[in-house]
Amino acid sequence: MEQSLAEKFYYFMKLGRVFELRAKEEYMKGNIGGFLHLAIGEEAVHVGATIAFDKGDIFVHYRDHVYALAKGIDPKYLMAELFGKKTGISKGKGGSMHFYEPSLNFYGGNAIVGAHIPHSVGMAYARKFKGENTGVLVAFGDGATNAGNFYESLNLASLWKLPVLFLCENNYYAIGTRIDRASAITDIYLKAKPYMLSKQIDGMDIFEVYKAVKEAKEYIQEESKPYFIEAITYRYEPHSMSDTGNYRSVRELEIAKSKDPIEKLKKSGLLSENYINYIDNLVEKEIEEAVEFAKNSPEPEEIELYTDVFCEVCKNVLP
Amino acid sequence: MFYREALNLAIDEMMEIDESVVILGEDVGFYGGNYKVTEGLYAKYGEKRVIDTPIAENSIVGIAIGMALGGLRPIAEIMTANFAMLAMDQIVNNMAKLRYMSGGKIVLPMVVRMPQGVVKQLASQHSQSLESLFAGIPGLRVFTASDCITAYHGLKTAIKLDDPVVFLEHTLLYFEKFDLPKDSFYNPFKARVLKEGKDLTIFSYLKMVHDVLKVVDKIESTLNVSVEVIDVGPLNPLDLETLTNSVKKTKRFVIVEENPKHGGFGAQIVSSILEECFYNLDAPPLRIAGEDVPIPYNRKLELLSIPTPEKIYLKIVEWGKQNGL
Repeated sequence: MEQSLAEKFYYFMKLGRVFELRAKEEYMKGNIGGFLHLAIGEEAVHVGATIAFDKGDIFVHYRDHVYALAKGIDPKYLMAELFGKKTGISKGKGGSMHFYEPSLNFYGGNAIVGAHIPHSVGMAYARKFKGENTGVLVAFGDGATNAGNFYESLNLASLWKLPVLFLCENNYYAIGTRIDRASAITDIYLKAKPYMLSKQIDGMDIFEVYKAVKEAKEYIQEESKPYFIEAITYRYEPHSMSDTGNYRSVRELEIAKSKDPIEKLKKSGLLSENYINYIDNLVEKEIEEAVEFAKNSPEPEEIELYTDVFCEVCKNVLP
Repeated sequence: MFYREALNLAIDEMMEIDESVVILGEDVGFYGGNYKVTEGLYAKYGEKRVIDTPIAENSIVGIAIGMALGGLRPIAEIMTANFAMLAMDQIVNNMAKLRYMSGGKIVLPMVVRMPQGVVKQLASQHSQSLESLFAGIPGLRVFTASDCITAYHGLKTAIKLDDPVVFLEHTLLYFEKFDLPKDSFYNPFKARVLKEGKDLTIFSYLKMVHDVLKVVDKIESTLNVSVEVIDVGPLNPLDLETLTNSVKKTKRFVIVEENPKHGGFGAQIVSSILEECFYNLDAPPLRIAGEDVPIPYNRKLELLSIPTPEKIYLKIVEWGKQNGL
């Protein structure tokens, strides 16, 4: 069991990393525009949580690539979205920060910090209303926990006893401002303690993330109550491609990289060298194909400018 | 029937036929609604479907978005449009755009209802008209309810639609009585010709419709003309066809709007009509609008800040005389 999990973890973390490194390269070449927020270094949280949460509904922030991959969305459609192509997961209308696939219970991809937290609470209300208890996971950064959306949502999830798992990725920086310069409480899990069960975990260890999320998922389903996890993690890249990242020291980055989740998993002894080589080759090939697919995909047709604004069959509802 | 009762009836009927329709907001449940729009619904449908929320407008709309994603058809009540400012991120950046940004994958069948307008001595944080803010956001349908017909049929349509709708009511209309012919054909996507005429058209919406109707006879007899009165109805998408057809016929038009003139929604109406039928006009358009000031508390100053039936009459007569009527 542990070995097959480890293999799954390795595949998705590696897929996420290669996808993002390649996205960075394509961005530099001008094939990808706008904002691009990379999650390199944070794969253990994104992959471990998504796999542990299984079929439940997931809401994430603008750093959404690795979550979407771990949720099972084909990298081709994600890369095509970054390229702004018609075949993109959001038809080229959303870009990096707006991946959605409701058929896989994946609801974005939200580019306003913390705006999706109340959405997750509303979703949990709707699911409970309909007698479905798969639970809802919402991921956000430490920066989001200083805003009203966060507290309003904790309050209601607790008051209404909703099965929501709040997952905070504490990577110590809200864009370029270090946590102790923006937040009076730096152990984020303490902010949630008065409302619900709340804990802090090592977000660089995928087994710890997986175990914590799995336990939390069982709890929220059985008790119909919210739960809070703060995962301590780190992003190696700056906030986005337009950020120089000069607010962090070389030493700090070195320390962070020494805890790399992919390297850590490799050293666990659970994966054979053959498997690692096999996956490394497979993933390179998959991402290469995704880039080829994105490059060769057509631009959206001009008519697409006007579609998806309103429902096109609304004439049916005339009284 | 009271206007608030027409709204209540629309919600009640929709909740009756569709289990997924829920209403949430401040005081909507146990308390019965601040303007009694949700009166009786809590007792009838229970706290699971008539949901009291804290005073946290951002979450009211944000949670409604999540509910819509989860297969419910939420109606979010914002006590007044003034407080919707706290929910603008959810309304503008999320409710209006999730469908488009997801390439049509996300569908949000939801309504955010709120009253707006200048009330009576509530001062500027509780008295204002904000329709141009909502109507300027692509992806949001904006309906206005001027009477029981538009309130009842319009709200029912808004609830049934798969699009996100901002449904604007007027605070001073809640306790006004209007007829509600249930079988009358009404298309909520169209403007309504309330009175036909051939010499000039007056456009208005929400409470101003009634202020116009109060003086239309007097305008007709003073100027010896026949006036067409149109309730603009939906502000986004605007029913430009009905508006321009009327102007092509009457060749003169007036907008009566309660919001401040600068950036007011009437500017959009004038612009849209002029682009279509500038050469049909025999007179420059006239806008009768609110003054460009926050609404004062003092009643005399408050009445000076907005159109009143008397001002509407005087300004139209003066304009009519200057323009060959």
